[in-house]
Amino acid sequence: MKLKEIKEILDAECLTDEACLEYEVEHAFGSDLMSDVLAFVDDNTLLLTGLVNPQVIRTAEMMDIKQIVFVRGKQPAEGTIRLAQANGIALLATREILFTACGKLYEKGLRGVSIL
Amino acid sequence: MTEEVAASFDYEIEKDDFKIAGSASSHIKKILKQLGLPNPLIRRASIIAYELEINLVIHTFGGSMRLEVHPDRIVILTEDVGPGIEDVDQALIEGYSTANDKAREMGFGAGMGLPNIRRCSDDFSIRSKLGEGTWIRSEIHVG
Repeated sequence: MKLKEIKEILDAECLTDEACLEYEVEHAFGSDLMSDVLAFVDDNTLLLTGLVNPQVIRTAEMMDIKQIVFVRGKQPAEGTIRLAQANGIALLATREILFTACGKLYEKGLRGVSIL
Repeated sequence: MTEEVAASFDYEIEKDDFKIAGSASSHIKKILKQLGLPNPLIRRASIIAYELEINLVIHTFGGSMRLEVHPDRIVILTEDVGPGIEDVDQALIEGYSTANDKAREMGFGAGMGLPNIRRCSDDFSIRSKLGEGTWIRSEIHVG
């Protein structure tokens, strides 16, 4: 699923370069625990989270996560957005809660990472 | 196993400095990319470095991290100045955590750090002494 489609489904705002909207997403992981992101996430994953601190971007950088959706209307600070831009990470922000955002994307065919 | 070190890099990690935490690991990842190592290996090394760096920030009074790139292996070492781990075996169990509220606010403290470091390593060793500090060595084989 393309990031621009995800943006539409979640009625989200793009916080980084719009060129990123062409990124392709294979699966998703929703969590506010970066410890779990570091333990469970695989390649080419969309991260949905309500955390907006710089460690979310660092975690994404380490895991080669190229797309993050901030849920619950959370907005990251300028420095966090700059850190994402510098690392080629696309940021979206939606007012949906994590449960609803994940549900809407699942309904449209996006699936979670397999940890089994 | 050759003892030749192709390159080594040292980083000082400050206690509680969440603002720049991860910058050493970011540097390590960039070095490994420049060396043209395979992506899965870079990913494992990045996870190890980042978990170690976050551990230094969250759990210690500060310490150092070192990356060694050998022809046949990558070694990441950390050493801190305390406080040391009371029960290392327990700290290696998934879900066990002594992280404070600040660390949890940042999304850490799920008790996954040390088990994740060990899982990503081909060779892992840890020594700790209460009141002194902790020494961790993680190795990934290349090729």
